[in-house]
Amino acid sequence: MNRYPIWVYITIAVALVIGLLYTLPNFFGESPSVQVSSSRATVKVDTTTLARVEEVLKKANVPYTGILLDPIGVKVRFADPDTQLKAKDVITQALNTDPQNPAYVVALNLLPSSPNWLTAIRALPMYLGLDLRGGVHFLLQVDMKGALTKRLDAFTGDIRTNLRDKGIRHSGVSRDGMTIVVRFRDTDTREKAKRVLDDALPDLAFVDAGDDREPRLNATIRPQAEKSIQETAIKQNIGTLNKRVNELGVAEPVIQQQGADRIVVQLPGVQDPARAKEILGRTATLEVRLVDEEAMRSGSRLNVDIFPERRRDGTVSEAPTKRQVVVTGDHFINAQATFDDQQRPAVSVELDATGGRIMREVTRENLKHLMAIILFEKGKGEAISVATIQGEFGSRFQITGLFSPEETNTLALLIRAGSLAAPMEIVEERTVGPSLGQENIDKGFHSTVWGFTAIVAFMIVYYMMFGLFSSIALAANLLLLIALLSMLQATLTLPGIAAIALTLGMAIDANVLINERVREELRGGATPQAAIHAGYERAFGTIIDSNVTTLIAGVMLFLLGSGPVRGFAVVHCLGILTSIFSAVVISRALVNLYYGTRRRLEKIAIGDTAWK
Amino acid sequence: MEFFKIRRDIPFMRYALTFNIISAATFLAAVIFLWAKGLNFSIEFTGGTVMEIRYHQAADLEGIRTTLTGMGYADAQVQNFGTSRDALIRLPLAKGEADVTRGSARQSERVFAELTTKPAPGEAANCAAMHALYREVVQIADPDKRPKEKLDQLAQQRETLKGQCTELTRVEFVGPQVSGELAWDGALALLCTALGIVAYLAFRFEWKFGVAAIIANLHDVVIILGFFALFHWEFSLPVLAAVLAVLGYSVNESVVIADRIRENFRKMRKASITEIIDNAITRTISRTIITHGCTQVMVLSMLLFGGAALHYFAVALTIGILFGIYSSVLVMAPLVRWLRVKREDLVKPIKDRKQEAVV
Repeated sequence: MNRYPIWVYITIAVALVIGLLYTLPNFFGESPSVQVSSSRATVKVDTTTLARVEEVLKKANVPYTGILLDPIGVKVRFADPDTQLKAKDVITQALNTDPQNPAYVVALNLLPSSPNWLTAIRALPMYLGLDLRGGVHFLLQVDMKGALTKRLDAFTGDIRTNLRDKGIRHSGVSRDGMTIVVRFRDTDTREKAKRVLDDALPDLAFVDAGDDREPRLNATIRPQAEKSIQETAIKQNIGTLNKRVNELGVAEPVIQQQGADRIVVQLPGVQDPARAKEILGRTATLEVRLVDEEAMRSGSRLNVDIFPERRRDGTVSEAPTKRQVVVTGDHFINAQATFDDQQRPAVSVELDATGGRIMREVTRENLKHLMAIILFEKGKGEAISVATIQGEFGSRFQITGLFSPEETNTLALLIRAGSLAAPMEIVEERTVGPSLGQENIDKGFHSTVWGFTAIVAFMIVYYMMFGLFSSIALAANLLLLIALLSMLQATLTLPGIAAIALTLGMAIDANVLINERVREELRGGATPQAAIHAGYERAFGTIIDSNVTTLIAGVMLFLLGSGPVRGFAVVHCLGILTSIFSAVVISRALVNLYYGTRRRLEKIAIGDTAWK
Repeated sequence: MEFFKIRRDIPFMRYALTFNIISAATFLAAVIFLWAKGLNFSIEFTGGTVMEIRYHQAADLEGIRTTLTGMGYADAQVQNFGTSRDALIRLPLAKGEADVTRGSARQSERVFAELTTKPAPGEAANCAAMHALYREVVQIADPDKRPKEKLDQLAQQRETLKGQCTELTRVEFVGPQVSGELAWDGALALLCTALGIVAYLAFRFEWKFGVAAIIANLHDVVIILGFFALFHWEFSLPVLAAVLAVLGYSVNESVVIADRIRENFRKMRKASITEIIDNAITRTISRTIITHGCTQVMVLSMLLFGGAALHYFAVALTIGILFGIYSSVLVMAPLVRWLRVKREDLVKPIKDRKQEAVV
């Protein structure tokens, strides 16, 4: 008897239902939508924006089918592209009152149009790779050496300042490649200096060098500090890229770190690399200026620059500043949200040596006066912080006030956005036109469908009933594979589709093995039930062995492959797993269901076995 | 239906020497082609730029070549891709470009701008104006300095003239930093896969099977590469993926046969090794051919419907599958025999404890 316990059937049924549910969203396609996001770091998109968009659309009588708020911004779904275009104009007009200086980015987008209950169980369509939907892909390499050199130059200044403060005489500090060389007259001074510098600059490792007549200290950045400098540099660049991409109004951009010093940027739907390359420029610059308090009191506009200052209560006031720039963003090294010694939220800012020296002079002369930090974006300045100088400070200082931790985070982010990040270089670029993307989908789809049909036809003709079961199992395999890919939100590429086809072509191997084995057992004189049993049992070990070897190749490809090939590897590996389940368990379940319960089974339809 | 009504075992092993000579000859030929002609690596491995341009009528490849030579790209390759309307241009890495960051990107922009100076046959009349605007914009090297209005205007024109003009459908650029890594990673992937498979087979069967299987299947890989070298077909990342997939897949074959050999060692106690191997191959030949046939049907479908992008991927798989059958059956089995697999290797006798006593 070949029977499966009831729980096996239940498991299969559950797997198939889940498979069906998660495969479904791929069939609904996408509907036109409009996405509203912030164009500047100082503008936030939240529930009030959502309400406003709703209101605007209602007022203009533009029907929409759905609206939602996610980390990117507000997304509104429409029934057709015409309404979408109309809505875009309406929203742009209402939200960006000053077209010269838009606060929001209003972009056309596509949203999956699967019903809400499917979205609620996180059943989303597969994410299509750029070769299928068209768009631009960049791989950028951050110049880490540049970032480190810049930091070393800053340290050179720090060493000078520290030695001067402690009254230790040196005969020169200079950077030589990736080391800072400090020269001394005698070894005693060197010892003293080493003690001082070790305490003051924990990020540097100091090593004695030179001979007794020309004693030197060689300083290099400690590996740990080096790592954190590199991490900061790459984070800063990712932040900058995020802002730029936002400005472009691209829907669903991907900006990710890859490896230690690379950033992947993918802009689906962007057809114009000339335009996309805008993102490589610098976003913003920062300037520190003194506030002209005279002008503030009198309201005079003579010889001052007026910048808008967004207050915490939402109002915008004016900050008149002197024309002279104290320090620019180039001298900023880092800004981070922290807490001051009284546990109040604060932003700690770090400047390089030059910036610190200037700052020390200016703060000494302007105690108790107001200082403003101004962020320039797209040529427009905005005062992001106006604070009273409470004491004399140099390259490290804190901005405190009645901040919430969230506000300090935002401010630190803004300051970082304006400081100079490490330069980047394109090391890989791919642009795929949208028409080509659709063609690729069609080609991939057709090859899979025709190959699948041919295999099914052959299997049924050759193995009859067992061929039908194998074919159903193969279809279940396809269903489960697509469901799994949708569940994992894996990116589907053209090689990925090829892998689906190939996996199906290879998966049939397990069923052929089983069916051939059953035939052989029958020829050997076994009863049909015994033949089925033996066929499945004996073939199982072989199936596992052969799939493991295929899996090894797939895993290696995944680990060492890149880009579209990685998509191939993911699909290939997952496909092997689903194929073991479907070929062994599902096809057996079908056979058991059909033949297993018959007591006197004399013949099974598996094709010609009577020739021996 | 049954294709394989084989009543008596086919004496494959009698012809083992012939098979081995054939494979040695093909293998040697492949190595010679690889050595003499080398692989035609895609830009993913060598670095460089690939552009795909879609014209409205058959692309004038000679004209494109002349234009490119005029621009100083004498070593550029120009060919049709898929249809006669699509032109594929391959440019080597730009050397001595002042601004490396944008140099590569500028390369494709400049080439496209140059190629659209004269209106192509079949284009809409308004296209000339758009191409002129494009030329004007890309002349400005620094993307930051490109006027916004012009870019907007260009985007708008592109939208209205969609599908009516000569179009740059695809650009791919790979810098020297990445390309070197890819070649290295590819080789590493191949090596790790081979080692992984040997280790697994050694663990499941016997090291002799592992070694025989991997020699048989690496011989396939070399032959696939030999074909690519001989016909100067482009060796790209998807082809590498296909090669690795074939490696994993055709090892299946060896596993199935090894499984049968092990089973036969248990069942056919009095048979010689030759008889055991002959029987194992004969009884699995039907499954071998049907499985590979099915996979080949799928690959054939890719070859027919998959278009140019999947062409070489499918070609590599086809060669791999055909040689996979041959090698795993007729290369691996003789190798196993020559490595002198014994019954004891597979059917492990229970060791007598006394024999292990220390004397």
